[in-house]
Amino acid sequence: MDLQIFWFCLIAALWGAYLVLEGFDFGVGMLLPFVPRDERERTVMFESIGPVWDGNEVWLVIAGGATFAAFPAWYGTMFSGFYLALLLVLFFLIVRVVSFEWRDKIDSTGWRRVWLWANAGGSTGIALIWGIALSTLLHGVPLNSHGDYAGNFWDLFRPYTIFGGVAFVLVFAFHGANFLSLRTTGDLYVRVRRAARLLAVPAVAVVTGFLVWTVQVAVDRNDKNVFPPVLAAALAVAAFVLAALLVYIGRDGIAFVMGAIGTLGMVATLFTSLYPRVMVSSPNFANSLTVSGTASAHYTLAVMTVVAAIVTPIVLVYQCWSYHVFRHRLRAESSDPDVAPELRPQPEG
Amino acid sequence: MTAAAAVDLARVQFATTSIYHFLFVPLTLGLGPLVAIMQTIWHRTGDEAWLRLTRFFGTLYLINFAIGVATGLVQEFEFGMNWSVYSRFVGNVFGAPLAIEGLAAFALESTFLGLWIFGWNRLSPRLHLATLWIAVVGSWLSGYFILVANSWMQHPVGYKLVNGEAQLTSVWALLSNGFALRAYLHTMLAGLIFGSTLMLGVCCWHLLRGRDVDVFRRAAKLALIVALPATLLQLVVGNRFGEAVTSAQSMKIAASEAQWNTCQPCGFSLFQIGGFTKSDQTPSFSITVPRVLSYMATGSFDGQVQGLNALQEQESLKYGPGNYMPNVRVIYWSMRVMAYMGVLLFLVAAVGAWLFWKRKLERARWFLWTAMVAIAFPYIAATAGWVLTEMGRQPWIVQGLLLTSKANSPAVSTTWLGISLGFFITLYLALGVVDFVLMRRYARPDLPMPAKEVPEPAVTY
Repeated sequence: MDLQIFWFCLIAALWGAYLVLEGFDFGVGMLLPFVPRDERERTVMFESIGPVWDGNEVWLVIAGGATFAAFPAWYGTMFSGFYLALLLVLFFLIVRVVSFEWRDKIDSTGWRRVWLWANAGGSTGIALIWGIALSTLLHGVPLNSHGDYAGNFWDLFRPYTIFGGVAFVLVFAFHGANFLSLRTTGDLYVRVRRAARLLAVPAVAVVTGFLVWTVQVAVDRNDKNVFPPVLAAALAVAAFVLAALLVYIGRDGIAFVMGAIGTLGMVATLFTSLYPRVMVSSPNFANSLTVSGTASAHYTLAVMTVVAAIVTPIVLVYQCWSYHVFRHRLRAESSDPDVAPELRPQPEG
Repeated sequence: MTAAAAVDLARVQFATTSIYHFLFVPLTLGLGPLVAIMQTIWHRTGDEAWLRLTRFFGTLYLINFAIGVATGLVQEFEFGMNWSVYSRFVGNVFGAPLAIEGLAAFALESTFLGLWIFGWNRLSPRLHLATLWIAVVGSWLSGYFILVANSWMQHPVGYKLVNGEAQLTSVWALLSNGFALRAYLHTMLAGLIFGSTLMLGVCCWHLLRGRDVDVFRRAAKLALIVALPATLLQLVVGNRFGEAVTSAQSMKIAASEAQWNTCQPCGFSLFQIGGFTKSDQTPSFSITVPRVLSYMATGSFDGQVQGLNALQEQESLKYGPGNYMPNVRVIYWSMRVMAYMGVLLFLVAAVGAWLFWKRKLERARWFLWTAMVAIAFPYIAATAGWVLTEMGRQPWIVQGLLLTSKANSPAVSTTWLGISLGFFITLYLALGVVDFVLMRRYARPDLPMPAKEVPEPAVTY
């Protein structure tokens, strides 16, 4: 298979992995202000993703590095073009990272509240911006003939892209609720389930609208046929609808899996709509960046393919193991928010 | 808007964010193995004192680690955001080690650190200990790939130029770049010095207070066992690294010595007033040790070191008219600050070891205070070291291949750069203050009790 196409698919897969994994921990963050009733429940919610969020975020670092290495010209244009948006992403990522580590370091309600809102705000903000940024790649921004961004910050905000951002937020909130229903017990579990049921219909409705709109944008603005993007979109919609139904009949585990498949399908829809371009130029469509025009030379791609083929399975194995280690449900009853997690024995679930 | 102002702002921003990031990284690199050693000793001996120390220093390690992670992603984004021309030019070569770092190293570090933090009662003690060691290996691997990328900017190898882009021709040349291997050794030793100096300083504070003296004396011993060889070796490695720089970046060495004219043999300037600009090449006052520069730069006491004037002439012939000299004053002093801090750190470790040997450590109050002050020294040395490395390469962003002034993002205006610079400075100051407060808070109290003595929370829901 052509290595350029392979790396385009791999980058799509990396975004998919990142959004599936960090998607649910963004969702947990978004639900923080609404679902828990007291400090112990908030701590349980933080702990449900505590051991894994950093491993999830690694997929963004890898996706960024892979884009840099495999498509340097895409990387340069996209990152310098989406300047303020990415600055906001960095801001939200940073406050979110420290919220995990610092929240329990000082025993004060005010202090913990600050980090709770930092986490919730950061999670929502990042989801919104990624939704906007990824749909903007397809919707198009002004690029000049050197392949440089020629628009301004507001060119990112179009009805379609904002709708994409909202779809990401809702999907991840739903995905996060499903994740929490696998990691909690008791009263918190009941409320998490309620949140999942509440979110299911709006999330599925909005994401379906977004995916239909995506196929239409691909046809109108990116010179694509309805097929194959519609195939990925149909898969995603089917998975999300199933996820919603499963939530209603109380099958949490498989609902979570369906949400993950739906998220992958959503990313697949965006990237199949994009191919063979990586960043659409509008109004000057001819200036669009393409896979072959931005890719690194064959040797670099070959080296990276070998490395990825050897290392990725290993990473997947130990990350799965990590999820296996932390598969137990967390009880609000025996968490102690006053002691840093690394200093206290973990409650058995 | 002027192009020069945009480049300057982008440079200040990269300097700010990467220097800041590197205040946290070396402590992670150095404290990680120390905490792992403490946990290993506990695991082997079952001595609770080492468990308490593991948890105490482990907390400091994690507080520090959080900001290291938070500020690390900024660099990766910044290449594309502020330096898009650079990104396109180097992506083929420079992007590969960066991507491999994420996949092969950072993934290992973050996943296993998560397992370590939350795995105390979930994993068997043996496996739990292994997770920390694996996380440490991840962080050390991570440092390797990042330094491979940086060293390629200092000493490009294994590439060819095609259509104005650097393309990789040999990944082995890239990974075994002699410059990178020396820089790696130098940086990892710096990490160990950070970790052991911090640990020693914190132990000395507790010895000064007379609390848990017995436990902290043992921790101080471990810190000294690491600090003494690390600081001594660093003097040697730093020196050898100078030789690699001489062959790859003659201009940097000449500037770091404010050596305007070619000399043989060359004396090492310990201190000088004046002599830092083209119009003022002779210092009005200086203290010089004969022949030492020749040795440091070439490995021989008779070696020749080329002067700035000759190098400027050569580079002008090679690359066309222009100024190819870095800011000599900054480079000269950053070299001195780094080297002097290195020597001071060795002296602190040596005196500490001697006092410990003579069983006088906890009574030598002057030393306990000195060791606390010395926590700051590695930070100063590492910052100076990066200023030397990066500003010493100017005007190049990639030595001999791409000028910094031509590498920034054309799509990014000075306004945006100004906004983002202000943003990072504000955010980083706030993070720095909170981190300092937390580190102090957790470095000062008594040791935590061993796990089994922690009372289960009485409150039930």
